[in-house]
Amino acid sequence: MARVHESTIINASIDAVWHVLRNFNSHVDWHPAIATSQIENGLPADTVGAIRNFTLADGGLLREQLIKLDDEAHELAYCLLEAPLPLNGYVATIKLKPVTETGQTFWTWESTFSPPDHRKQELVALVAKDIYQAGFKALEDYLGGSGPTHASVHHQTGQGASWSPSYEQIRRHDTSSAGPSALGTLTTQAIVMDAHGGPDVLRPRQVEVSAPGPGQVRIRQSFIGVNYIDVYSRTGYFNLIDPPGIPGMEAAGTVESVGEGVTHVQPGDAIAYACAPVGAYTGLRTMEAELVIRLPRWLDPRMAAASLLKGVSAGFLLHDVHALRRDDVAVVHAAAGGVGSMLVQWATALGARVVATVSTPQKAAIAEAHGAYATVIGRGADFVETVMQVSNGRGADVVYDAIGKDTFAQSFEALAIRGHLVSFGQASGAIGEWDIGHFATKSATLSRPNYAHYTQTGEMMEQQAARFFKAVEERMLTLAEPTLYDLGQAAEAHRDLEARRTTGSIVLKV
Amino acid sequence: MTHVYVSSIIPAHANTVWALVRDFNALPQWTPFVAESRIEQNVPSDKVGCIRAFSLNDGGRIREQLLALSDYDMSCTYAILESPMGVENYIATLSLTPVTDGNVTFAEWQARFDCPADREAELIQQIGTHVFQAGFNALKRQFGH
Repeated sequence: MARVHESTIINASIDAVWHVLRNFNSHVDWHPAIATSQIENGLPADTVGAIRNFTLADGGLLREQLIKLDDEAHELAYCLLEAPLPLNGYVATIKLKPVTETGQTFWTWESTFSPPDHRKQELVALVAKDIYQAGFKALEDYLGGSGPTHASVHHQTGQGASWSPSYEQIRRHDTSSAGPSALGTLTTQAIVMDAHGGPDVLRPRQVEVSAPGPGQVRIRQSFIGVNYIDVYSRTGYFNLIDPPGIPGMEAAGTVESVGEGVTHVQPGDAIAYACAPVGAYTGLRTMEAELVIRLPRWLDPRMAAASLLKGVSAGFLLHDVHALRRDDVAVVHAAAGGVGSMLVQWATALGARVVATVSTPQKAAIAEAHGAYATVIGRGADFVETVMQVSNGRGADVVYDAIGKDTFAQSFEALAIRGHLVSFGQASGAIGEWDIGHFATKSATLSRPNYAHYTQTGEMMEQQAARFFKAVEERMLTLAEPTLYDLGQAAEAHRDLEARRTTGSIVLKV
Repeated sequence: MTHVYVSSIIPAHANTVWALVRDFNALPQWTPFVAESRIEQNVPSDKVGCIRAFSLNDGGRIREQLLALSDYDMSCTYAILESPMGVENYIATLSLTPVTDGNVTFAEWQARFDCPADREAELIQQIGTHVFQAGFNALKRQFGH
C-alpha cells in the first residue's frame, strides 16, 4: 500500500478555494495536467456518484468518481475507475480548513493505492509532484493569489452547533469589526479603447481599480462574456462608450471586497452580472453591488459568463415580453445563435411548437437537436409556408426576430391574426420606416424590448437570473461550452465574432 | 454551547512546535500570560488525567485537567476545573498539523463551553484573542517571527 500526503497554505479564502474544488469538473480549468474533462451522463458536477471523464496533456484517458462531498467539513473524496497507470485501488481525499488569523486556507490532499512494487517509488512521486503539488500552485494562480487578510475569532452558539469551523461565520464576524475603509486601490489588466473603430482599438493596459464605495463591490473576474452588443459599443453604433473606456457587459468571478451597506454578497462569493453600464473587459472591477447575482453552486463561472446575458434575454422574451403558452406556434429566427438556441430549447420545453429559421444545414442540425418542431433554411416564402402548415393556416402566435431588415416583412407575413412580432435586434441592418396602419390588417402587436429595461434594478436582475438558473437546473436548457480567448486577445475575439468564425458563446479568460 | 475556533501558521516544523507545547506544564515557557505552573500530585506532565495548577500574570488561578494527548495526531485536549473566568463545561483542544509544502505548521486551538448569554461576546474575545491567538503569536515570535 502506498500513501501520498501533501498539504499547503493557499493565499485565498476557504470559500473561494472550496467553490472551485467542490466542482468535480473544475480541474480542467485550473490543473495544468488536464487537457479535457467532462462529467458523464450530464450530471451536475457536484453530484456524489458523478464520474469525470478526462484526458491528460499526453492523451491518457482517466475516469474518476466522486464518492464524498461535504460542504460543512469542506471535504471531498474520489476514486479512480480507469487509468493508463497501475494506481490500483486509488482513493483520494481533499480537506480544507480556514486559517482564521490570516484568511488563508490550509489544504490537505492525500491518497492511498496499491501499485506494483517495482513502480511504487515512481508513482508516489508522480502523484505527489505532478498532481498534488502542481495542483496547489495552479489553483493559487487560478484564484489570483489574494484573499481576505483580517484576523478574527470564530464562534458558534447553541446546542448541537457544529464542531467544524464554518468560515462564513468567521467572515460575517470579521466584516462588522474590520470595516471596509481599509481597502485600497488595486492594479489590473484591462482592455481599454481610446477611440471607436475596428477590433484593433481594443488594447490591453494596466488600470487602477478603486476600492468599493458605499453600496459597491469589487470583483475579481475570472471569465468575461463577449456579446454582439460589445461590437456595437466598440464601433460607436451604440452610444455606450465615450472613449477612453472599457467595453463589456457580462462577467463572472468572486467578490474581492464589499463597500459599506452591502449585505447580499460577501467577499469570496461566486457571482456574475450581465447588465449596463459597460466596463467588463478587466481583471478587477468595482461596480454597484445590487447588479451582481450570486451564482448557484452547480454553475461554473465559465458557463455563467457564457450564458447569463443570453439566458436572461431568452427568459424575458418568453415570459415578460410575450407570455408564451402551451401549444403556441413560435418562430425563432437565427435559431442556432446565442439567444436563438436558448429560445428554441426553452420555448419547446414550455410546450410551444417552434419553427426555427437558420442559414446553413449545420445550423439546422443544431436547431433540430434543440427540439425545433420544424426547421427552415433561409427566410423566404418557404418559411412563411412552413409556418402556415404547422399552424393549420392560422399563422404564428409570436415571432422572435433579431435579424431585422432582411426578415421583418416575412415575419409580419407569418404572423397570425392578433399575433405578436417581437423585434429584439437588427443583425442585418435597420428595419426602416413602417406604416403603423398596416398592423391593423392583423391586429398585430409589435414589441421592441431593450435589455436594460428588464434588468436595470437589482430586484429585476435577481428575478431574471433566478428564472434562468431554474430553467438550466430543470434541464429546460443545456448550456454549450464557450470558445475561450485570453483577455489580452479581445481584439482577435471580436474579429472572429464579426467574421462569424465561431459557433456558440465567446468568453475571455482573465 | 459556545464554540471558539482560532487557527494560525507557525514558521517551524511541526515536530519542533509539538516538542514545546505537548508538555502540559510548559505554559510559562511559551505563553506570555502564565506566570508559573505545576502539576498536582507530582505526576508526569504527559500522564493523561494529570492536573496543572497555574497562575496568570494578573494573579488569577486556574486548574486544568489533561483529557487526551496524542503524539500521533499532535493534539491535546483539556478541561477547566476551576477558573475566575465564569465558564462551565469548558473543553479545549490544541492541535498541530505539518504543512508539507514548506517548513511550517498549521495550528488550531478551539474550545466549547457554557456561559451566561450576556457574557458570551466578551468571553469569545478574551479566549479567542487574548488566550489562543496570543499563544500563537508567542509561538511565532519564539520561532523567529
